[in-house]
Amino acid sequence: MTVVFLILAVLTTAGMAAAMGLRNLVHCVLALTVGFTGLAALYLELGAQFVGFTQIIVYVGAVAILAVFVIMMTQSAGALTRPSLSSFWVGGSLVAGSVFAVLAWAIFSRVIPRQMLLPEPEVTVHQIGDALMHRFVLPLEIIGLLLTVALIGAVVLAIRERQGMQ
Amino acid sequence: MPETIDQIFVILKHWVLGYVPAEAQPVFSALLSVVSVLVVFPLLFAITTLLERKALGRIQNRYGPNRTGPYGFLQPVADAVKSLTKEDIVPHTADGVVHFLAPLLLVSAALLAYAVLPVGRNMIVANLNAGVLFFFAVGSLVELAVFMAGWSSRNKYSLLGAMRAIAQMISYEVPLVLASIVVIMAAGSLSTVAIVKMQAAYTGIWPHWFVFTPWGFAGFVLFMIAATAESNRSPFDLPEGESEIIAGYYIEYSGFKFALFFLGEYLGMFATSGMAITLFLGGWAAPFSFLTWVPSYFWFFFKLFVLIAGFIWVRGTLPRLRMDQLMNFAWRFMLPMALLNIFIAGVWHFMPAGPSRWLVCVVLVAAPCILLSRGLKQEKKLQVRTYRFAE
Amino acid sequence: MFGEGLLKGMAETARNFLGSYVSKDRLTTVQFPEERVAPIEASRNFPFLVYDGEDWQQGMRCVSCLICEKECPPKCIFIEKSTDKKPDVSGKPQFYPAVFNIDVSVCMSCQICVEVCPFEAIKMDVAFELSTDDRFDGLLWNKERLAKSNEYYGRIHPTEAAVVDAHLAEGRAKLEAKSKLTTEAKTAGAAAPSAQPVSGVAE
Repeated sequence: MTVVFLILAVLTTAGMAAAMGLRNLVHCVLALTVGFTGLAALYLELGAQFVGFTQIIVYVGAVAILAVFVIMMTQSAGALTRPSLSSFWVGGSLVAGSVFAVLAWAIFSRVIPRQMLLPEPEVTVHQIGDALMHRFVLPLEIIGLLLTVALIGAVVLAIRERQGMQ
Repeated sequence: MPETIDQIFVILKHWVLGYVPAEAQPVFSALLSVVSVLVVFPLLFAITTLLERKALGRIQNRYGPNRTGPYGFLQPVADAVKSLTKEDIVPHTADGVVHFLAPLLLVSAALLAYAVLPVGRNMIVANLNAGVLFFFAVGSLVELAVFMAGWSSRNKYSLLGAMRAIAQMISYEVPLVLASIVVIMAAGSLSTVAIVKMQAAYTGIWPHWFVFTPWGFAGFVLFMIAATAESNRSPFDLPEGESEIIAGYYIEYSGFKFALFFLGEYLGMFATSGMAITLFLGGWAAPFSFLTWVPSYFWFFFKLFVLIAGFIWVRGTLPRLRMDQLMNFAWRFMLPMALLNIFIAGVWHFMPAGPSRWLVCVVLVAAPCILLSRGLKQEKKLQVRTYRFAE
Repeated sequence: MFGEGLLKGMAETARNFLGSYVSKDRLTTVQFPEERVAPIEASRNFPFLVYDGEDWQQGMRCVSCLICEKECPPKCIFIEKSTDKKPDVSGKPQFYPAVFNIDVSVCMSCQICVEVCPFEAIKMDVAFELSTDDRFDGLLWNKERLAKSNEYYGRIHPTEAAVVDAHLAEGRAKLEAKSKLTTEAKTAGAAAPSAQPVSGVAE
């Protein structure tokens, strides 16, 4: 529990809590981005450089921009506010609380004694690439196929919409 | 003696650190590097604004600014005083917090990118293992800042400009990253220091820069075009074109915040030029083996100066691209070229060294280039015009 | 060739850039307060009153006929005719303007006053460095401010001034010839009052 970890944890949870609780929709998206960046910083603190920077490129640079584009295209005027609590907040918090309880029990009941901790492996990008190409090549190809299908689907939808408009 | 001049800043830093207690040394070391980046690159920005105005003026058959100081050298000072003393106008309905944070995020993201640029031998702020990845991660923060600026101003034109700017930036980020992947493949590492070290060798007097290979040259051209588009510079400056949409997404900013946007844009330009120099032009390596006695940081800034001059030259020459032309260019020319470039780099790697691999690779680069550019031309048959009243 | 247009364009701008240091027609700026371009003869800015000779009050051509005041479209000329007559440059007593003011902030440089003046007394000036910080009294020019000599007119509009001078000289010559004829006729008539040709006798 180092100071850096505490600061980053506070930043991430504050960002995500703000993303849920703020009234202005654009502020929510920006707070979500802060949460993503906090997560990336946590990955970096653990020494996973590749995952940390990829988290920023993908989540902040693509997912947040996607959310932002959606807001820009659909709402062009007026302050976007929404009520702070949705109508089924009781059920939602019950589900979230139970998941948290299960995870906490799982983590605390499997505490590894300090002497048995192995030193952190130095995972380089080279090793990740090796693993992707040798051990995990089938999941890589399936994910590639899935992404291609999604891309083609998006293009088909856009063409159909344009033809529909014409 | 040349080694001392080459390493003078490193030696100075170590000497200063000697006066600091051992516990605080890492923090102080980082602080010194950061302060030097913060001093050098904004100074370079000030000089570049002046040089750009004078060079553009000469290209356009006129003097640039020549009244403030001899040959206008004090013009950046005048600009700084102006932007600092102008009234800071925030629109009444604007989103105050977001409006304030947008230029800060832009400048911070642009400054973060300098952490992985090796400006000289052993002179880098942070030698990360995944340096190039860090650079692109930070570049994607800029788009968020653009959105924040455009949205918070509560202005239709501002929003339109922001939308166009973000679309342009994400479209050109793909060829940018793909063009740099070739270099990463050839160097086998994501660390900028390793990439430059690989290019710092010589055969005879010729250097091993990646730009002197067919795939490297194509990659360099693609990278520079994408860099021009990423920093919203002419001919890709539709989002901020003064005659189109006034200032686009920073239309509602005045005074110092506007200056910060300007600063962020130019810093982004320097950072991507610096990355191009690192990846393709050999970083701090001298161009010929008999010139290695010149200090390494001199070569880096000399190459940076050449690239900036190229940017200014292109700005003075080419007209602005329309939005659809811009997007067509990115997705229908640059993306296929970048993907083919990766294939060509693989071919280069597996063929034996000699003239045959040069021939094959040059043909493989040139042919798709010409064919794809044919596909980009819009052969529109103009209709015969008939006038109702004029005949 | 692929990329030809781009390369030609870049070569042209490079030629412009390098040429601007060497040749004058690739750098056509005139650095204003230090260098000036000679004004074109046909340019015009605001009117001025012409005077012949050395004394601006004595030689002023304006006889206060009030035509320019009536014809001026924005009515920026204010004239007060004098009550006495003064001899003009050719000696003949004429009225003169006691007050002749032009409000330059209203004047639109249409040149109508110049076109209608029968005495070639008001012409268009070419001076344009006229800034003042007094926008009421500083822009209401009186007779003294407006009076400029005929030599000045000749310098700013040489061909026009030559035509005007020739025309005025011709007019004065005709006037002199007529007055000479009338004096001769008067003296001849006084000398021989009965020398009347009998028309009907010598047929």
